[in-house]
Amino acid sequence: MTSLSVGIQDGYALEFRATTFRLPSGAPLISGLNLSVARGETLVLLGRSGSGKTTTLKLINRLLEPTEGEILISGRPSGSWDPIQLRRGIGYVIQDAGLFPHWTVERNVGLVPKLERWPEERIQARVREMLSLVGLPPEVFAERRPSGLSGGQKQRVGVARALAADPPILLMDEPFAALDPITRADLQREFRALALRLQKTIVFVTHDVREALFLGTRIALLDHGRLVGVYAPAEFLTAPEPEIQAFAASLEPGGGHKGVQ
Amino acid sequence: MNWYEFLLRNRSEVFERSIEHIGLVAASMAISLAIGLPLGITLVRRVKLHRWVIGAANVVQTIPSLALFGFLIPVPWIGGVGASTAIVALSLYALLPILQNTYTGIAEVDPAVIESARGMGMTPRQVLWQVQLPLAAPVLLAGIRVATVLCIGVTTIAAAIGAGGLGVFIFRGVAMVNNQVILAGAIPAACLAIAADIALGFFQRGIAKNEW
Repeated sequence: MTSLSVGIQDGYALEFRATTFRLPSGAPLISGLNLSVARGETLVLLGRSGSGKTTTLKLINRLLEPTEGEILISGRPSGSWDPIQLRRGIGYVIQDAGLFPHWTVERNVGLVPKLERWPEERIQARVREMLSLVGLPPEVFAERRPSGLSGGQKQRVGVARALAADPPILLMDEPFAALDPITRADLQREFRALALRLQKTIVFVTHDVREALFLGTRIALLDHGRLVGVYAPAEFLTAPEPEIQAFAASLEPGGGHKGVQ
Repeated sequence: MNWYEFLLRNRSEVFERSIEHIGLVAASMAISLAIGLPLGITLVRRVKLHRWVIGAANVVQTIPSLALFGFLIPVPWIGGVGASTAIVALSLYALLPILQNTYTGIAEVDPAVIESARGMGMTPRQVLWQVQLPLAAPVLLAGIRVATVLCIGVTTIAAAIGAGGLGVFIFRGVAMVNNQVILAGAIPAACLAIAADIALGFFQRGIAKNEW
């Protein structure tokens, strides 16, 4: 991922500048977003369903194009990048993992290196390294099909696949949301350790405040396509905005209803 | 005289007609696939066009086969009496199941898989060949299977416009009010259909299991 990582040496990894995304009907999903993501940080996009989190993510890897404004990736407008090359330099993990069911775990993880025409031995070594990194012994899992994996294992493979070509940026769209609470906690802990170690720029989408507080170096709250505020986890819960207060209140037992005394 | 005695006695003609029959089916299926597969793939991205094309293919399917053969005879270039007219009509018949299943097979691939394929930086061509087509293959093959069996059956009618095939016995038998002659055409035709069904079914299950 040559050019993408070189450019990131200075300035922000990602920068939204008055970015708006509208549906063909004209309805905005994202309005006037101004947001910068520093190199190596984990920025959490927090918000309720339909707040525009996923849209924001897809604007970064150009699965969607902004209607107004722009997004700078390593200082260059996203539109000036070749979308295919750009995406190969940005790891992408989604909720259902999106593993190819007709490929083995090994082939799934080796996808981007293969697209980038790495030599076969290098791909194989890298796949093994990645599987070990996410806690799946390659000798046990390499030959399996996604259908033979648990939900947690699928997400681990999804993370391994996203990291395989060593992209400087990682986009994660509610990767742990569909997991049972214990598996989720395991993966969150491991992912936090991994993120600290790898120093990737990570944009992580979630609707779970706890997850946001645990994983984020900063948390950006989106509401109806607008950015409400960006705070460090330590400041988030005491932030003055009512939308953030609503999220903070949801942490309390039976939370969210201030009327109940 | 039994039907199989008749069949044995005329085995060289039965064999010849069977080959003719298979030839008609093979030619029609080849044309149908050459049109149906690319068209079905194109339709996935064009919802409006999809309604029209599937609608038209459906209408073709409702035309009684004998009538369709008849309609095509006066059409210039493709018409006339003989095998080429029959092949055009048969291709039209086989088109719907191929079109329909190509479309359905590709449209029903898990959107999360497509999204991650695009998001990881696969080109549209790579998504089609490495993800959509392999995942649609079992459904696609089911369509080819249905189309082939259908085509083998309808090809018996092609004899009515002088295209040959096993239908020759059937029409001759009807004219002679002779069941043995009818069966000498009908039974080999049925056997061909069953054989094709089994062979393609076997292939279909193999593909569903295998990695591409």
